[in-house]
Amino acid sequence: MLMESVSIKNLDLNFGSVEVLKNLNLDVHQGEFIVLLGSSGCGKSTLLNCIAGLLDVSDGQIFINGNNVTWQEPSERGIGMVFQSYALYPQMTVEGNLSFGLRNAGVAKAEIQKKVARAAEILQIEALLKRKPSELSGGQRQRVAIGRALVRDVDVFLFDEPLSNLDAKLRTDLRVEIKRLHQQLKNTMIYVTHDQIEAMTLADRIAIMREGKIMQLASPAEIYGRPVNKYVADFIGSPAMNFLEGRVEKGAFHFAGGVLPLDQYNFSEGMDGDRDAWIGIRPEHVLVAETLAKADLTVSVRADIVEPMGADTLLWCEFGGQSFRIRLDGQFEIKEGDMIDIGFTSNAISLFDKSSEMRL
Amino acid sequence: MQNDMIGPRGPKPRSIFRLSNLVVYGTITILALYYLAPLYVMVVTSLKSMSEVRLGNVFALPVNLTFDPWFKAWSSACTGLKCEGLMGGFLNSVIITVPSVIVSIAIASVNGYALANWPYRGANIFFTILIFGAFVPYQLMLYPIVIILRELGVFGDLAGLVIVHSIFGMPILTLIFRNYFSSLPAELFKAARIDGAGFWGIFFKVMLPMSLPILVVAIILQVTGIWNDFLFGIVYTRPESYPMTVQLNNIVNSTYGEKEYNVNMAATIITGLVPLTIYFISGKLFVRGIAAGAVKG
Repeated sequence: MLMESVSIKNLDLNFGSVEVLKNLNLDVHQGEFIVLLGSSGCGKSTLLNCIAGLLDVSDGQIFINGNNVTWQEPSERGIGMVFQSYALYPQMTVEGNLSFGLRNAGVAKAEIQKKVARAAEILQIEALLKRKPSELSGGQRQRVAIGRALVRDVDVFLFDEPLSNLDAKLRTDLRVEIKRLHQQLKNTMIYVTHDQIEAMTLADRIAIMREGKIMQLASPAEIYGRPVNKYVADFIGSPAMNFLEGRVEKGAFHFAGGVLPLDQYNFSEGMDGDRDAWIGIRPEHVLVAETLAKADLTVSVRADIVEPMGADTLLWCEFGGQSFRIRLDGQFEIKEGDMIDIGFTSNAISLFDKSSEMRL
Repeated sequence: MQNDMIGPRGPKPRSIFRLSNLVVYGTITILALYYLAPLYVMVVTSLKSMSEVRLGNVFALPVNLTFDPWFKAWSSACTGLKCEGLMGGFLNSVIITVPSVIVSIAIASVNGYALANWPYRGANIFFTILIFGAFVPYQLMLYPIVIILRELGVFGDLAGLVIVHSIFGMPILTLIFRNYFSSLPAELFKAARIDGAGFWGIFFKVMLPMSLPILVVAIILQVTGIWNDFLFGIVYTRPESYPMTVQLNNIVNSTYGEKEYNVNMAATIITGLVPLTIYFISGKLFVRGIAAGAVKG
């Protein structure tokens, strides 16, 4: 059996009477980049703190490289952690910050210097080694924070919303840099964020969390294309998916907007019976103009609001008795009040059971 | 051309002698004079000879400036039977204050750190009991402490007084240290744990270097409190180890012969100089530290 890098078994965590994590299981492969994604309060940071050993679990076990580390000290687990607020020691220089862990571990001076130099080179902060954190910019600080994990040769990197304090431009740059770092080091990385762009771009697999449970653990493409339930479908994608109520009957979806044949829809196992359901249509999957030829259902709608966003144009219209979003190419010429033909095809939609909200 | 006129722009500056300024600064000046008047009387009286003091013009400047009362207060004023001035008391006060301040701050800072960052079972109950201690009147505990010190064999020693002062500083000092350490980012503490620093490693290498403002607050509170203490000083020591405040009282309240107001004034100023000096040196840091602790509870 292949040894998992991080393995979490039946993890429970309670704060008093509040259950934060409930019977949670997660296996992270060697060298994998896992993103824990969810809105605030879903338990993603708590889970990361449990893996780091900063929170005592109520029940269950955590294995790192096959060792049961559930009750080990954070420093003994072979993990490094990068925090949202950088958490650099303000009175130490960059060099002091990088070497603090090694000095605590009693590593020889020459060895420390070598490791600090190597980390500084990888992160391109050699020129900053003698500075104090207060003399660094946000991006430089976060690099030093990553370096602190890097020098310790850890097996697993834990990132707790590392880019949330940075401005948009810098966030994009550092995101790419973290991805490059992962390709270079090939360490296991577990990354917590509430930003779905970060999740989609960085992750090998994304774990979508809600109320202390993992809703779906899958590749970004799978999460985007085949969300397991309505919550995940709604959470991933911007602008968000359109949902319309209707009923699956005799291989077609009947709703206020018309009847959509489901010949090309890939039903989950045993979920193809007739029932009340939601249809989920991503704004970018609505067919227009020449692609209309592929449509299984075509309707005509009036453009209520046109929001040009440069590369794309977001169109709001009234469809199926509610407000409906369509994402068009930025070059598409349309103005408010125009009529437009739109179409849907059953291989680019999602269907969810009306009551359980699970994928059909 | 009119447009080329050179001159300042914006509304005309208002007179500094306008009514609102006069009211504000007038009030401030009157209040300042009111509070400074006693100090002024003390200073001028201490610089007069007794014959001049007897004239009763308390606000008059000294005609013949003399520093004799200061020397007398320091080295030869009578406290009861001995006439050795405040000198001995000053030394006693230093011997009491320095170790008390160091011991109480050392223990309270670790207390506060443990309460803020290492919440152990029963920490909240411990903290509640400790804070409760701050509200119990000292006088209630005077006699029980006499018994405790006697049993420990340190009654009457300066060591006993140091112990008492250290313990009585604990509630308020622990509270301010706990609040200060709680206000530091929790992620810093987590990062240090991941870096393998232990309880003391984090305390000495991460927390303490960031604690200058709160240390200054603690030092000021303790130096002033312990230096100015009279009750514990008179109850738990013997005459030869009386602190300065007790000796000051003995000088000022001595009923033997004529009251030497000039010497009394000088002795009082000398006694108050230490806390005043500490405050003037570190006043700015004091304000900053109080504010830092107050940002987050």
